[in-house]
Amino acid sequence: MKNKDLLGIKELSAEEINLILDTAGGFRDVIGRDIKKVPALRGKTAVNLFFEPSTRTRTSFELAAKRLSMDVINFAIPMSSVVKGESLIDTALTVQALGADFIIIRHSSSGVPHLLSTKVKASIINAGDGTDEHPTQALLDAFTIKEKKGKIDGLEIAIVGDIAHSRVAKSNIYCLKKLGAKVRLIGPPTLIPEKIQELGVTVFHSMEEGLKDLDVLMMLRIQMERQGKGFFPSTDEYAKNWCLTTERLSLAKDDAIVMHPGPMNRGIEIVSEIADGPRSVILEQVTNGIAVRMAVMYLLAGVKR
Amino acid sequence: MSKELMNKKDIDRALTRMAHEIIEKNKGTGNLCLVGIQRGGVYLAKRLASNIKQIDKKDIPVGSLDIAFYRDDLNIRKAQPVVRRTEISFEVTNLKIILVDDVLFTGRSIRAAMDAVMDLGRPSAIQLSVLVDRGHRELPIKADYVGKNIPTALTETVEVQLEEEGFEDRVILKKVEEEK
Repeated sequence: MKNKDLLGIKELSAEEINLILDTAGGFRDVIGRDIKKVPALRGKTAVNLFFEPSTRTRTSFELAAKRLSMDVINFAIPMSSVVKGESLIDTALTVQALGADFIIIRHSSSGVPHLLSTKVKASIINAGDGTDEHPTQALLDAFTIKEKKGKIDGLEIAIVGDIAHSRVAKSNIYCLKKLGAKVRLIGPPTLIPEKIQELGVTVFHSMEEGLKDLDVLMMLRIQMERQGKGFFPSTDEYAKNWCLTTERLSLAKDDAIVMHPGPMNRGIEIVSEIADGPRSVILEQVTNGIAVRMAVMYLLAGVKR
Repeated sequence: MSKELMNKKDIDRALTRMAHEIIEKNKGTGNLCLVGIQRGGVYLAKRLASNIKQIDKKDIPVGSLDIAFYRDDLNIRKAQPVVRRTEISFEVTNLKIILVDDVLFTGRSIRAAMDAVMDLGRPSAIQLSVLVDRGHRELPIKADYVGKNIPTALTETVEVQLEEEGFEDRVILKKVEEEK
């Protein structure tokens, strides 16, 4: 790894991504054992600095840090709509003065992790910044695909739903393209940015066309807070056109897998039959998330400062 | 500057003798298993197992162990750690584990390997087998089976090259260039 921080997939080389995925394989074994812990980062401290609500990502980072034998602090931040740049940096410096080696940050404004990384010596890990990136989600998705399919290069992979507001989609596009996958985006025109083809992806505005011969389907959560803002008429209408149903899934390859970053809106973007069915790898994604986050922290700790 | 310390024949003879010693000390091969430390140790463990099979006509389980997560030098090493797989497909509890490594030096790798094995279960005993003991221990660790004792200086390195990694079997001593 070149940098002390993980700010986004955009900054990573394919080689670095593969190093993280290979290292995560070792940690996947560790968390499957009776003793799910290794002493690799004993004595170090990780601080969760979440300016946006999150249960699974925060818990996943917390467990990952604990399984590396680190101490973990969850910094409670009162929900404020806008945090001024000044006080944000002060918060990070305070956390660093408390002895943090890792600052794991989620913020509603894009670019916050990048700003902090220039101000503190601790490793900054982006756990989601605005509509920019959510790198560890893309890494755990790639790890899960590789585990299930044995490779990523050459696979037909679709990301379905609200691409425009999704940092998960963005990180996944960067990651999958770097690893050689063919990426399709499926969703209504209002939710897919106009110039996104420049990233080397194909856009479909119909499930029936986009799902053909797919190896992997990545469903995105439809963000309820966007409802009534003109992106789509209603959740019913959205479900009618874009919900992954058994019938639609049959258009993909017979061994296609279905992914979702969670939390799911059952019946809106995905039906329960599929979410709980044999093609779904949604719960594996959660388990793999811990292994991938362990790998990221382990590798960043080894970067020369 | 490099000097050959062991050739293929020397290595073969040493491994044959060590196989005999393992059987002798353990009075047979019951409850015995070999665990090679990544990477060189893994190949040597497989060779020892096949030697033991020739002598005692019994298969003994062989595993591989990666000690990266148990090392104590993550911050001070120059190179990024490469994590290899730990593949131990058998229950280690109540087994006699023979750790196999290529070179015994400071003893820190063996300390890490013992911790790693202990996290997998509770073996009844752990023994240590190394192809080369080059001295300079920093921990109270001693090998039970040694291919060859080679006194070295701290400015030298010992390299075990094996066929499995595309080399000719041999052990060589190298003088480390002064670092600037």
